[in-house]
Amino acid sequence: MTFWGLGGPKWWQQASRSVSISASLSRVESPPARADATFKVTMLPGDGVGPELMTAVKDVFKAGDVPVEFDEFHLSEVQNMASEDKLEELLSSMKNNKVAIKGKIHTPMEFKGELASYEMRLRRKLDLFANVVHVNSLPGYSTRHNNLDLVIIREQTEGEYSSLEHESVPGVIECLKIITRAKSRRIAKFAFDYATKKGRNKVTAVHKANIMKLGDGLFLQCCAEVAQLYPKIKYENIIIDNCCMQLVQNPYQFDVLVMPNLYGNIIDNLAAGLVGGAGVVPGESYSAEYAVFETGARHPFAQAVGRNIANPTAMLLSAANMLRHLNLEYHSHMVSDAVKRVIKQGKVRTRDLGGYCTTGDFVHAVVENLRHRPNY
Amino acid sequence: MLSNMNMPRLAQMQTVTLIPGDGIGPEISSAVVKIFQAANAPVSWEERNVTAIKGPGGRWMIPPDAKESMDRSKIGLKGPLKTPIAAGHPSMNLLLRKTFDLYANVRPCISIEGYKTPYTDVDLVTIRENTEGEYSGIEHQIVDGVVQSIKLITENASRRIAEYAFEYARNNQRSSVTAVHKANIMRMSDGLFLRKCREVAESYKDIKFTEMYLDTVCLNMVQDPTQFDVLVMPNLYGDILSDLCAGLIGGLGVTPSGNIGANGVAIFESVHGTAPDIAGLDLANPTALLLSGVMMLRHMGLHDHAHKIQKACFDTIREKKVLTKDLGGNSKCSEFTADICRRVQDLD
Repeated sequence: MTFWGLGGPKWWQQASRSVSISASLSRVESPPARADATFKVTMLPGDGVGPELMTAVKDVFKAGDVPVEFDEFHLSEVQNMASEDKLEELLSSMKNNKVAIKGKIHTPMEFKGELASYEMRLRRKLDLFANVVHVNSLPGYSTRHNNLDLVIIREQTEGEYSSLEHESVPGVIECLKIITRAKSRRIAKFAFDYATKKGRNKVTAVHKANIMKLGDGLFLQCCAEVAQLYPKIKYENIIIDNCCMQLVQNPYQFDVLVMPNLYGNIIDNLAAGLVGGAGVVPGESYSAEYAVFETGARHPFAQAVGRNIANPTAMLLSAANMLRHLNLEYHSHMVSDAVKRVIKQGKVRTRDLGGYCTTGDFVHAVVENLRHRPNY
Repeated sequence: MLSNMNMPRLAQMQTVTLIPGDGIGPEISSAVVKIFQAANAPVSWEERNVTAIKGPGGRWMIPPDAKESMDRSKIGLKGPLKTPIAAGHPSMNLLLRKTFDLYANVRPCISIEGYKTPYTDVDLVTIRENTEGEYSGIEHQIVDGVVQSIKLITENASRRIAEYAFEYARNNQRSSVTAVHKANIMRMSDGLFLRKCREVAESYKDIKFTEMYLDTVCLNMVQDPTQFDVLVMPNLYGDILSDLCAGLIGGLGVTPSGNIGANGVAIFESVHGTAPDIAGLDLANPTALLLSGVMMLRHMGLHDHAHKIQKACFDTIREKKVLTKDLGGNSKCSEFTADICRRVQDLD
């Protein structure tokens, strides 16, 4: 399954060791139990519980013999480990590897000099314009709304997060929200392409065009224009406050949602809360060339640092998505099945899902379940 | 208990400006008037219309007789008004807000016993700054294909809303106020809002003050809404969160709302839409407007009448015998109203 540039002859460039003929021939049929080439992936643990979650991913990958090698970078604004050079190093690594897995880089509220945080600058430099969050109910863990299956696509580079603020008069601050036709069209096209590829039926644009007539009006117009190129996909639109209300009353009416930056932040978190919180929802960010895998609801969760209580489900599921992106279908299924099996069994649960286990216990349980590999 | 000596039956009638609104507005307004009459509430209604008219100088404004009535009575009850997308004039609600400087929008969200939702025991209040923020209406097209919207945050407005929030918390025996913001992204604007909230919190040491990011609030709100008490926030977040909380208790059809203005003006309203598809068919649910009316009575100090009407309304919903369609029943608006009137009279 190729997506956004990674696939075909480029696969050869990703392998760090020489690929034997047998591996390349067998790639098309049944997956090898042990691949002869490893993929290099940039890893950015970030702040808060990020490092613990990354350890979980590394442990599971090691136990499952997953052929992925991580290039680790430590960039952090709050721990004073951030500088322009580090950012450049990180960027060049990501440009080489094309795939990355990361935690959240926490943004302190006080700013020195630049208004844009490192996380935002990373997104802009790599042009990671689309953020996709998969909201799926976990079998075995019931919430107020079960069997949810939503995809939330959020434009990540402009909108309210343009970091353009100034004090025009003492006591009055202006913050600019920028919406452009080019980026709105791009995210709309991404959303419809995604919906087509994954066989989804409906795309709903979320906006506030009744109040922000020019800004969100432009976004809506672009979505409507792109919708006409995809007659098989139903297109609707809904105002953001009504959308929030509908999500808590009847979330089943939605399928794929597409929206500008701030609304995306709100809806990502709301939807994550519907299925169990920030610990269970995976997400990824795409640009035309790169893919970054992370959790859906991005919080550093600083109050859990060092206490071994964070839930690694979201990061593990995202890592499984990353493996699928790298065409390692077999390993991807192995990891995600193991995680889902542990959740379904319900014996080992971290605190956010109502259990008492530590992160380590959960990872151990996942590793145990890796041994029962399904026959493909 | 002796009869209320401080509120005799022939109490001084207080004038309230009634704005029926569009769509189902007129039917639910008349339902509320009937119920208030059955409860013998000392309220005299002055009905006014607020379609936008172009005043001298080309600025859109509300009709002068409506403005005069509201300035005199200081209390208003409003039904739903149409807000067309991309029409010639600004939204009517925005116009009313600007005219009376309605700076605080207060929405108490309390779970209604008898109207089951997946969320129980919700009891929170959202207080939203209503004059500036993202809704300043200042937008420009910079070049073709690039649009900029300006979000304005000022010291004065932030301080004013924070003060109102803490006053409200004190007057209504609420224990904590939480400021909702996104100061990690909008570091200057939301940073200013947050600073003002912190400053005002210093003068209200009896009320607990916390701050939380908007996305964290959303995440926690749908998992456990009981952890929240009073929430104060700028305009856009307030709009979204207040609708989210309305969804938790059952939707806009059962949520009251009040707008507080600078000169003692207070307009209470139902926040649902005009529902043009059921207008005139006697199918509308007057609960939202009724509960807003109850909020209004409390604001006016008529707590007994407020309590009576609220109890009658909740009892009717709990009995489930005469419910309108959106509440899951099959009755007409007039039947629902009549049932509440009967209960109110029985409670006397």
